[in-house]
Amino acid sequence: MKPVQFDYVRPRTVEDACGILAGDMDARVLAGGQTLVPMLAMRLSRPSVLVDITRIEALRGITLTDDTVEIGAVTRQAAALASEVIRDEVPLLAKALRHVGHPPTRSRGTVGGSVAHGDPSAEIPLVMTVLGAGIVFTDDDGEEEAFEPADFFIGPMLTSAPMGGLLSRLVFSRRGSAPTGTGFREIASRRSDYAFASAGAQVVLKADGTCAEALLGIGSVGDTPVAVDVAGLSGTRLTDRDIRGAVAEALEDLETVDDLHATARYRKRAAARLAELALTEARDDALEQAG
Amino acid sequence: MKTELTVNGRTHVVEIEPRTTLLDVLRDGLGLTATHAGCEHGVCGACTVLVDGEAVRSCLILGVQADGLDIRTVEGLTSGDGTLDIVQDAFCETHGLQCGYCTSGMILAAHALLRVNATPDEEDIREAISGNICRCTGYQQIVEAIALAAERMRTSNVLGAGEVVK
Repeated sequence: MKPVQFDYVRPRTVEDACGILAGDMDARVLAGGQTLVPMLAMRLSRPSVLVDITRIEALRGITLTDDTVEIGAVTRQAAALASEVIRDEVPLLAKALRHVGHPPTRSRGTVGGSVAHGDPSAEIPLVMTVLGAGIVFTDDDGEEEAFEPADFFIGPMLTSAPMGGLLSRLVFSRRGSAPTGTGFREIASRRSDYAFASAGAQVVLKADGTCAEALLGIGSVGDTPVAVDVAGLSGTRLTDRDIRGAVAEALEDLETVDDLHATARYRKRAAARLAELALTEARDDALEQAG
Repeated sequence: MKTELTVNGRTHVVEIEPRTTLLDVLRDGLGLTATHAGCEHGVCGACTVLVDGEAVRSCLILGVQADGLDIRTVEGLTSGDGTLDIVQDAFCETHGLQCGYCTSGMILAAHALLRVNATPDEEDIREAISGNICRCTGYQQIVEAIALAAERMRTSNVLGAGEVVK
């Protein structure tokens, strides 16, 4: 388990990092390294130079603006999990972060690294897909380009990241004042291992207790995480029956894949059950807030 | 590449090839072999060390990335006169190890937990060691060992919980 030889640089600014990336097709960004370093060890990745971005201060930290929460790309997953801002303003992300790896990988792994890697079973990309969060790249001229999750995650470990660009931050909308419930469920062979199927849900209630907005996403079953349309739940009271019906209809055409761990049929069944559980959890969470 | 590593309070300036993991630097470069090489690709947790007080897999961090960071290994838990530290002692007492291969990683994962949580419940303990594989014990005695260490830290008049890793 020894990687190939490569160079290593630790730039201090986004401009320097982008300059190196733009000038060398085989340069790779190194953030927390919790996926890249195993890939190096198995020689699946053979970079010419690793650009360690974790000491670029501009890429670190969680910022609250009037209507968004912005997470710097090299913010550690453990820091995001401990963040009160994320817990209060992006509760679905806070819930999902508990399922990301283990304590010793969250202490190094970064929020942006998980997004840039684009693993279809990763929790953070699923949350971004459910919430339609923004993915912002910066190039060596300081120009920014923002992507929607649906356009960014295009295949397994395949994204539409621009050449020579650097993922700089993720932008989430702050939750509103109305009761906002969240649910996150996944099934894996052991705790925090790669999931076979996962589901994230968020519901917002009106003052009369009916559903104002319902969002659902499914991960780990296909090439990318997918947002699933359950807008039909709006206006209902989100009874178990409403949820079962909406999930069955929405997942009818869900494409799932076979692999060594689970069959496509199993994944489809698991996704539907997890979706129901996530929506139920979100509803109960919102009802509790509504008192 | 010239790199400054602070390991167990002592600073070493070492020349490291970028592809060398911190694990290999510790074992081969500095002769600190208490940190065990297991799977070497981030699955088993045998190589867990503390970096700035947090549990980290030393096979998943390059030596050059650790430049300037504070690293703790099992060698740094006690003074070196053969006395066991409070967590090691608890592992002995509850039979929390058999072959010993996972033990140094387990002990440092336990330290990372006890630094921030003086009263962990079973769920907290199982979460803290969820990234460490043991093929001997079935984990139960390890969980008991960490609970015992936590209790002793709370009731000790020598060390306060969270003050163990100095």
